[in-house]
Amino acid sequence: MKPILFVMPIVQLAVLAYTADFTVKNINIFIQDQDKSTISQGLINKIDASDNFVLTQVSYSDFDGIEAMQSNNVDVILSIPQNFSKDMNTNSHTIVSITADAINGTKAGISINYLQNIISDYIKEYAAQKGMVNTKAGIEIVKRDWFNPMLNYKYFMVPGILVLLVTMIALFLSGMNIVREKEIGTIEQLNVTPIKKYQFIIGKLLPFLIIGLIEFTIGIGVALLWFKVPFVGSVLLMYLFTTVYLVLILGMGMLISTITDTQQQALFLSWFFSVIFILMSGLFTPVESMPIWAQKITLFNPIMYYTEVIRLVMLKGSTFSSISFHFIVISSSAVVINILAMLNYRKTT
Amino acid sequence: MEKETVIEVKNLTKAYGAFKAVNDISFEVYKGEIFGFLGANGAGKTTAIKMLTGIITSTSGDGSVAGYNINKQRDKLKENIGYMSQKFSLYEDLTLMENVEFYGGIYGLSKKQIIDKATLMLDRLHMNHIKDTLISDIPLGWKQKIAFSVAIIHDPKIVFLDEPTSGVDPITRRQFWDLIYQAVEDGITVFVTTHYMDEAEYCDRISMMVDGEIYAIGSLQYLLNKYDSKTMDEVFIKIARG
Repeated sequence: MKPILFVMPIVQLAVLAYTADFTVKNINIFIQDQDKSTISQGLINKIDASDNFVLTQVSYSDFDGIEAMQSNNVDVILSIPQNFSKDMNTNSHTIVSITADAINGTKAGISINYLQNIISDYIKEYAAQKGMVNTKAGIEIVKRDWFNPMLNYKYFMVPGILVLLVTMIALFLSGMNIVREKEIGTIEQLNVTPIKKYQFIIGKLLPFLIIGLIEFTIGIGVALLWFKVPFVGSVLLMYLFTTVYLVLILGMGMLISTITDTQQQALFLSWFFSVIFILMSGLFTPVESMPIWAQKITLFNPIMYYTEVIRLVMLKGSTFSSISFHFIVISSSAVVINILAMLNYRKTT
Repeated sequence: MEKETVIEVKNLTKAYGAFKAVNDISFEVYKGEIFGFLGANGAGKTTAIKMLTGIITSTSGDGSVAGYNINKQRDKLKENIGYMSQKFSLYEDLTLMENVEFYGGIYGLSKKQIIDKATLMLDRLHMNHIKDTLISDIPLGWKQKIAFSVAIIHDPKIVFLDEPTSGVDPITRRQFWDLIYQAVEDGITVFVTTHYMDEAEYCDRISMMVDGEIYAIGSLQYLLNKYDSKTMDEVFIKIARG
């Protein structure tokens, strides 16, 4: 336990300072270029060169960015109209449209702002280059926020806070449990009984799973009735995922409980992991804005997966196929962690 | 009559680094007897009992309890023994009845068996009126009697009692020993540790442990004669002083 006492603040400062960053980076952009001109290509190059945007695809045909956004690969769609270059040169009215995935309202707002700045910069540069007098070409930028049209911050945060609630309760209840029995001595009585390890772990897990699901239900109720957060996707799918997720978190708590000797140690470890997991989950700051190495760490963060899934299913109506990767990761980790907890629970020392 | 051995221990040792908590002890316990495992605090009684019940592994030596090897057949062994630890082991936040149901369930008793056992037990203890009381609200002496009854709920061959009467008043201690005699009548062998030397007089055979080693073993009369003493207190002091 002692090394952790000193390693913990170092790890938290070193890692979290980079990840709890409110600037938005690595915004995936899909550009639909119907103009297919050197002028529109110039704009695309300028966007591509920006630090904030990652150009995922340029399409010259019909409007097929929607699908990409639906499947969560694209954050912003920029649509350049057919007469863009002509209108630029003649200074006539033209409409450029930006569509943002506004589940994360803050991120959508910032992305649109960045994009607006890049476009107006480009227009100014182009006008100056051509020696045009009127630098304010008749370009109108139309923006749309999808999935959360009112940019309601609560839509984004309430499911996230629900994630916190469910996670903390599950982790702390199970983390404190076995170690508490070690403290009061009942574990010794259990250890002289012929109880099997898996029976013991299941016996510990089930009541907390039920409590966790009840908490989740209350949380969803408050989200829907009080905060009026829409529930677009399948409720059943959400419960299925939550169950698997809870089994994983409870297994982690159990593992903590088996490797510690006092509730104090268990509490300490639980906090250590939850602070890191929470701040690196994309709950408050987008994972995409984190440095690449930190993004790789988040791949081991269960809260990251659950946060994504709850937002996708509740707000976007995603189906099983869109979250199947999350499901596989969480369910296989749940199996591994619980087996570890089982092996680590020793009836004989 | 040939005595049937239910506990057999050979050269059992438990070392923590250089310190030997239990040092090379050997003894036998026969079916149906009350075996008193005596010694001062820190003599190694609890460590020995934990090896016999399969909670800790031995450093060297071997033994069998109820016919099962203490290192290789722990699960079978645990089905056949009862254990009441020094640390209080009932769940304080469950009622008397809930504790009985819980432990009965772990030992694989059916619902009917549990009810039958509970009825008999509450009757013997005269505790029918508190069966739905939380254990935390029950006085210590009573709790010890409940803990003992729960430890033998599955009719084990042997019950291990680790300082069962410490901190209990003399009357309750006497009543506790009545329960032990009752268990012996029911065919259970009793292995009991204590540091109350007067309780040794209730035992059929006694072993005296000092600093991890067994110094003497035999019936009360044998020990009194051997150490030329009138009470177990005297025997204890003579052995402890070397």
